[in-house]
Amino acid sequence: MYKYDAIDRQLLNERVAQFRDQVRRWKAGELSDDEFRPLRVQNGLYIQRHAPMYRIAVPYGMLNSAQLRRLGHIARTYDRGYGHFTTRHNMQFNWPKIEDCPDIMAELAEVEMHSIQTSGNDIRNITTDQFAGVAPDEIIDPRPLAEIVRQWSMFHPEFYFLPRKFKIAISGSRDDRAVTWFHDIGLHLKVVDGEIGFTVIVGGGLGRTPIRGQVIREFLPWQHLLSYCEAILRVYNRFGRRDNAFKARIKILVQALGIEAFGEQVEAEWSHLKDGPLTLTQAEYDRIAAHFTAPAYETAADSGDFADKRAADKAFARWLERNTHPHKVAGYRAVTLSLKAHGIAPGDITDQQLDIVADLAERYSFGEVRVSHEQNLILADAREADLHAVWQEAKKAGLATPNIGLLTGIICCPGGDVCDLANAKSIPIAKAIQKRFDNLDYLFDIGDIELNISGCMNACGHHHVGHIGILGIDRNDAEFYQVTLGGRQGNDARLGKIIGPSFSAEEMPDVVEKIIGVYLESRQADECFLDTFDRIGIDPFKNRVYEGRAHGQAKNSERKAA
Amino acid sequence: MAQLIKNKQIVADTWLTLELGENDTVESIALPAGDVIFPFAVWQARKGEILARGDKIGLLIKGEDLVEEVAGDVAHFAVIAVNFPKFVDGRGYSTASLLRQRYGYTGELRAVGDILHDQLFYLTRVGFDAYALRDDKSAAYAIEKGFSVFSDAYQPSTTQPQPLFRRRSA
Repeated sequence: MYKYDAIDRQLLNERVAQFRDQVRRWKAGELSDDEFRPLRVQNGLYIQRHAPMYRIAVPYGMLNSAQLRRLGHIARTYDRGYGHFTTRHNMQFNWPKIEDCPDIMAELAEVEMHSIQTSGNDIRNITTDQFAGVAPDEIIDPRPLAEIVRQWSMFHPEFYFLPRKFKIAISGSRDDRAVTWFHDIGLHLKVVDGEIGFTVIVGGGLGRTPIRGQVIREFLPWQHLLSYCEAILRVYNRFGRRDNAFKARIKILVQALGIEAFGEQVEAEWSHLKDGPLTLTQAEYDRIAAHFTAPAYETAADSGDFADKRAADKAFARWLERNTHPHKVAGYRAVTLSLKAHGIAPGDITDQQLDIVADLAERYSFGEVRVSHEQNLILADAREADLHAVWQEAKKAGLATPNIGLLTGIICCPGGDVCDLANAKSIPIAKAIQKRFDNLDYLFDIGDIELNISGCMNACGHHHVGHIGILGIDRNDAEFYQVTLGGRQGNDARLGKIIGPSFSAEEMPDVVEKIIGVYLESRQADECFLDTFDRIGIDPFKNRVYEGRAHGQAKNSERKAA
Repeated sequence: MAQLIKNKQIVADTWLTLELGENDTVESIALPAGDVIFPFAVWQARKGEILARGDKIGLLIKGEDLVEEVAGDVAHFAVIAVNFPKFVDGRGYSTASLLRQRYGYTGELRAVGDILHDQLFYLTRVGFDAYALRDDKSAAYAIEKGFSVFSDAYQPSTTQPQPLFRRRSA
């Protein structure tokens, strides 16, 4: 894991001092609310529905035990004893005091963390694959290059007031697990003729106008990563729309110009920057990569009585099946600690759980943890011989629900309970669905499926790419939910199709049950939900869901009653 | 009137900024004598006349003006003012980067418009060296604190053309 040097530390401490001074000037009336707002959001501080929200970056998802304990301490000291992991490797605290945020930032700086550029119209936290460095299908470990991009993007003087936010994701494996097709820039590491480089994707995004990104360059040698990103950003900064915040993302510019014309502008700009000072050096790559070397794995690790225990204990076997993942080193597995316990807001974690995860990481995974965009925590390097102990301890802490990749392992934004942007509540929908499907045999029978929920069209819950997507909308001051089917992440990432008119909150568990019913009745042999959906299309689902009711009419008796 | 900061001091603005009034057109507006900052379109339309005055020449670049159109003219200018209609409109940072790093402009580069304390550091890095701080902000505090927020930077830019990774000791 990357360790700060003296300069990294100094810049971060200077940022803390700057932020503290900005909060002071705002309180003293020297900065108006409008002047303060862009400054505070560039430090992750929002003013929300009930209280401020403070968003902390977990760069490319890497955390160590000391950082986890510090997050636990912050949850205890400055918040209500819990935090929330988002879909972009961030942690959010929903109840801090504004005046405390500079102190929180100083506490974070001590463990080499920060909240910088987690919001605002700037380059946001870089995200990647939670299995980076350990995945069997990995081509190149994306983390050193992600750290290089993090440093380049930090306080970039030219790109601090972009037309809108800017998100970059990097994937280094054959299967994309970083949603790269739906980022402002998506990077796929690959090796061509022995040379390492990227496929560069631009102009993707979810949100109000979901668009799949397009390839702007089939192969970019890795040394040119920063100069090419700089060219893209400069074209965007100069020509992205600034008259309408809803049309200001780079995807709108790419759509307006067309990928060819946009690509020509970028290449023209890049022709000036190429081979300039931003060209990466082998020395810098090596310096950074030295922080991401493999830990001291045991050669030919003994799996102990792992296989016996698996055979003897069905609950353990189930957890192994859903919550552990192949590892490139024999005798090891990656473990997902589920933050999707039924009845708890997806992605939420208490201060005590943060401490427990820190302990587990220290004892079983070289002191490191990953955050996934599915809002779970991962022990990337667990010995098979330790898995039974890990499972028992995780279970005691409420972190072993075996629902990863199952219907109740829901991705969900915080929604209207706390978020100022939300049009509808999302967490109660997730909880209601978890309650309806609170039977492990049934969940395992349904098998692989991803259900994503967003409380508004900003799509923090990635509803567009859920196999089942649920979007909260506001109509005449009442909350409704629109359902999409067939969306997916990965190499074949695509947007779901809207099934039809929206539903009330109360209807949602029934709607999901009907959709699942159609799948279970229609599936062949080994088909998962998506396979069946791709074979039979959306109509059978539509017919079942709207059976016995006039199309176009969502039931609204509950609304009238309320 | 803004407070013009240069070399960490408040200085008098000796330049007249020509503005197109309601009844003026680019072709008809009278070109005053003395040191004048001209609107972009006026410079482009009446380059010969402006040069013939023999006085020092300034240029005002606004957000939608394409700096590449004056790339070959920069040697004529003693001042280029780049306007920020709102401080969150960041186009001027790219304009300045291009002027300094690509077109070889070495004269005064002045940030005008909605110029506030917390942008001064970034403005300096891309190459501005004069700042028309908004009237209601403390120039003394800006001079004391605004330019020294960070002691170093990761990226190459005008004031430090080498990225940190090329300057870090191994």
